Amino acid sequence: MRNIWTICQKELRGYFVSPVAYLLLTMFALIVGFFFWNALAYFILAGMESQMRGQATPMNINEDVIRPVLSNVSVIGLFLIPVITMRLFAEEKRSGTIELLITSPITDAQVILGKWLAAVMLYATMLLVTAVNFSFLFHYGNPDWKPLAIGYLGLLLQAGALLAIGTFISTLTRNQIIAGAATFGVCLMLWVLDWVSGYDTATWAKVLSYMSVITHFDSFSKGVIDTKDLIFYISLAFLGLFFTARSMESLRWRS
Amino acid sequence: MITVKGLTKRYAHNTAVDHISFEVQKGQIVGFLGPNGAGKTTTMRMLTCFMPPTAGTAIVAGFDVLEQPLEVKRRIGYLPETPPLYPEMSAAEYLEFVGKLKGLSGSMLRQRIDFVTGRCNIDDVKHKLLGKLSKGYRQRVGLAQAIIHNPDVLILDEPTAGLDPKQINETRELIKSLAGDHTIILSTHILPEVEQTCEQVIIINRGKVVATDSVQHLQNRARGVESVLVEVAGRNGSLDPAEVQRCLEQVAGAGQVVAKDKRPERAIFEVENRQERSIRGDLARAVVEAGWDLNELRSAAMSLEEVFLELTREAPEVAPAAALETVEKGAAS
Repeated sequence: MRNIWTICQKELRGYFVSPVAYLLLTMFALIVGFFFWNALAYFILAGMESQMRGQATPMNINEDVIRPVLSNVSVIGLFLIPVITMRLFAEEKRSGTIELLITSPITDAQVILGKWLAAVMLYATMLLVTAVNFSFLFHYGNPDWKPLAIGYLGLLLQAGALLAIGTFISTLTRNQIIAGAATFGVCLMLWVLDWVSGYDTATWAKVLSYMSVITHFDSFSKGVIDTKDLIFYISLAFLGLFFTARSMESLRWRS
Repeated sequence: MITVKGLTKRYAHNTAVDHISFEVQKGQIVGFLGPNGAGKTTTMRMLTCFMPPTAGTAIVAGFDVLEQPLEVKRRIGYLPETPPLYPEMSAAEYLEFVGKLKGLSGSMLRQRIDFVTGRCNIDDVKHKLLGKLSKGYRQRVGLAQAIIHNPDVLILDEPTAGLDPKQINETRELIKSLAGDHTIILSTHILPEVEQTCEQVIIINRGKVVATDSVQHLQNRARGVESVLVEVAGRNGSLDPAEVQRCLEQVAGAGQVVAKDKRPERAIFEVENRQERSIRGDLARAVVEAGWDLNELRSAAMSLEEVFLELTREAPEVAPAAALETVEKGAAS
C-alpha cells in the first residue's frame, strides 16, 4: 500500500510539475463550461417560451440540463484520457528509469496500481472542477443531487476503465506520441461501436454495441446504478490493468 | 556474497550470456571486463532481477534471483549505464522517492539522504532539477541513489562512461571508498580502470568468462617469463650495440636478448630471465663494469591490456576489431 502511494505521488508530481495537468484542467473546464452554458441557455429559453404561451410544459432541470451535460462530459473525457496515460510507461521506457522501478523491492502490481491511481486522481480533479458549473444550479434552483452524484460516479468508473486501457497501451511503446494516438483510437472505437445498433439488430451488432463504453453510461446519467454497467466498467478496468501486468512482465523477458 | 552458476541468457537468435560462473566474496570490488557487447550488461541485469535468466542460478546476498527477487532487490543497489533519473525532480526529491521505493521512511530516510548527498558530493546541487545537471553530477546522483538503502551489494554498469578525466578519477575514488561496506561489481571496457579500482577481475568475452583472477595474478600469468628492459649509453657518446648485446648474453641466467632500439649513443635491450631469482642486479653490474652508463633498468611487466588481448586471442571466435577498440578506448582515457 505504501509503495503504491509512493509511485502514485511521484506520478501526480509529474503531472503537476509539468504543464500537462494545468492544460488538461483548463481545457476540460472550458469545454464542459461551454456545454453547460449551452444547455442552460436552451433550458431558460424553453422556460420563457412556455411562460409566454401561458401553458405549463413539464420541465426538469435534472433531465434537461444535468443529464445531457454529463453525457457530453463522458465523450469529452474520451479525447483527454490519452493525454493522461500516454506518458505513464512510455516515458519510463524511453529514459531508462523503468530499470529503477523494476530493480526496486516493489512488485509490478504496485507500480501499475500506483500509476493508474494517479491517472484516476488527475481525472477526478478534472471532474471536480466541472462540478462548479452544477453548484450554480443548486444556488438558483432545486435539482435532485442524487442523479448528479451517480452521474459523476459513472464518469469516474468509465474513466477508470479507459485509463487502464491507456496504461496498458503505454507499456507497449517507448514513444509517447504513439501511445497517445493508439489510446485515442481505441477510445474512439469504444465510443462509436454503439452506432451499429442504429441500423442492425443482429446478435453481432448487439455484442458490439454492448462493448461501447458510452452505452453503459446511459443508466448512470439517468441516475440509475445498473449492476450490469457497474460490472462492465469494473471488469474493463481490471482487464486493462491485467494486460498491463502481463505486458510489463514480457518487457523483462524481451528487453 | 554473490554466487553465479551456469548463468545463461538466450534470445531468439543469439546467446548473450553463455553458462558463466563466478563467485564474489564479501567486501570485494570486482571488475567485470569485456569488449562492448560481451554480455556484461545482460549479466548485471540478471543479477539485479531486471530480467530472469534462461538457465542457471545466481545467489545474491543469500537469496536466489529467481526464487526471491524481492529479497535480492532489497539488498542490492544498481546503477544502470544511463543513470535512471527523472528530469523534473530535484536531487533531494529524487533521493527521497528512491529511498521510499527501497523501503526507507521517516527520520531514517532523512538521515540516509543527508549521508549519501555528503558521500557523493552532491550537497550543492541538492535543490537543482536533475534535468539541468551536468553528466558528472548525474552520475553521482545515480551512485547516491544506488547506495541510499545501504545495500550489501552494489552493481554498477559502466560507472565512468562519458565522464571527463577529472570526473572519472573522482568517481573511481568514490567507488573505492565504498568498498568494504559494500560488495561491488562494476563493469567496464576500460582496462586501466580495473587496474586502479578492482581487486578481482572477471574477463568476459562473447558471453563467456575467459578468466577470473586477481589483477596481480592475471598480470603474472600472462607475463609467463619475466623479462627486463635495459637501456645502455656509451660514456663518451658512442656505443657499439652488438658489443653490448654480447655482454648481456653472457650474464648468468640471461636467455634471449632482443635489441629494441639501436642508436649510436644508446641502445635498449629486452633480456629474458631464465632463472628463479631476479637477474637485474647482475645485468646492472655487467653493464657498469664494461664501462657503459646504465640509463634505465626495469621489469617489463605486462599491462592488463596485453593480458586482455592475450586472453581474448585464445578464443578463436574473437573479433579482433572489438578487442582493439577496447584497448584504444582504454588507452585514450
